[in-house]
Amino acid sequence: MKELLKDLDKAFENKIRLCIMSTLVVNEYMDFNALKELLDVTDGNLASHLKYLEKKAYISYRKEFLARKPNTKYAATDEGREAFKKHIHAIEQLLK
Amino acid sequence: MQKFYLEYTNIISTLQIKVLSVNEKDYIQDLKEIKDLMDRSSKFRSLNGLSGVLAGIFSLVGAYLGYQWVFSQLPPLSYLPIELTATQTQTIWIIALGIIGLTLAGLVFFSSKEAKKRKQKLWNSQSKRVLIHMGIPLIAGGLLSAILLREGFLGMLPSLTLLFFGVGLVNASHFTFQEIRLMGLAEIGLGLAAMWFVEWGLYFWAVGFGLLNIASGIFFQIRYNS
Repeated sequence: MKELLKDLDKAFENKIRLCIMSTLVVNEYMDFNALKELLDVTDGNLASHLKYLEKKAYISYRKEFLARKPNTKYAATDEGREAFKKHIHAIEQLLK
Repeated sequence: MQKFYLEYTNIISTLQIKVLSVNEKDYIQDLKEIKDLMDRSSKFRSLNGLSGVLAGIFSLVGAYLGYQWVFSQLPPLSYLPIELTATQTQTIWIIALGIIGLTLAGLVFFSSKEAKKRKQKLWNSQSKRVLIHMGIPLIAGGLLSAILLREGFLGMLPSLTLLFFGVGLVNASHFTFQEIRLMGLAEIGLGLAAMWFVEWGLYFWAVGFGLLNIASGIFFQIRYNS
């Protein structure tokens, strides 16, 4: 049991972070507004969780200007994908 | 004392079981949510530009045959109904169904190839979603066109088929490549123009279903599949 719990990632204990990561692993990138709409969260809430994942180097972002409006695109890093996979695997083992 | 202790441990163990099951439920819920989000956020990408190019070519051939066999023998298209002979109606039906059938065959063929390349199933929730959102306007437009053809309103058909095709594209664009939306808007514009300049309807139709399909097919091929 302890062994299994060790593989659970603290970064994904929060539901919003888990949800952000699950959409990013199946999409090349998502922009801020698309994530916000999909997860139904506030700007500030989403931004703080994105920052957390960014600090862990699980996601990367790119700022662009679309029709002069800033548009931030987020993508999962290889590290983030790996961590996510590990986390899901740990959950699966736990439920066995 | 003994009794107390027993009860106490009992409570503790039920509590533990409760905690564990709540935890498990949480994780199952997590997995469900992950799956749902992945499903909802991913888009239909198994689109191959070649199927667009093929659809465009079939449409151009169809428009040419339609002109040669039927439209050239008729007065200029207008908003008024005209008398069509049984053979003329049949010819239009055959050409229309031929284009639809060949286009669908090309779409299925190239999309399944593309899906295989991406290690995905062709028939998944993404393709279903695109098909439903595209299909509702298309089928409604198709049925309306069939009714109008029966009554001889030939002049309205190019415009209406373009309009419904465009609406279908705009509708489905949320679930696939975003450029599809632009293509849909262009088709809607052509449809309106085909209604305004009703006598040129067939030409607008050839541009919308033929040239635009070919052009966007090439665009997709270059942008996404090379």
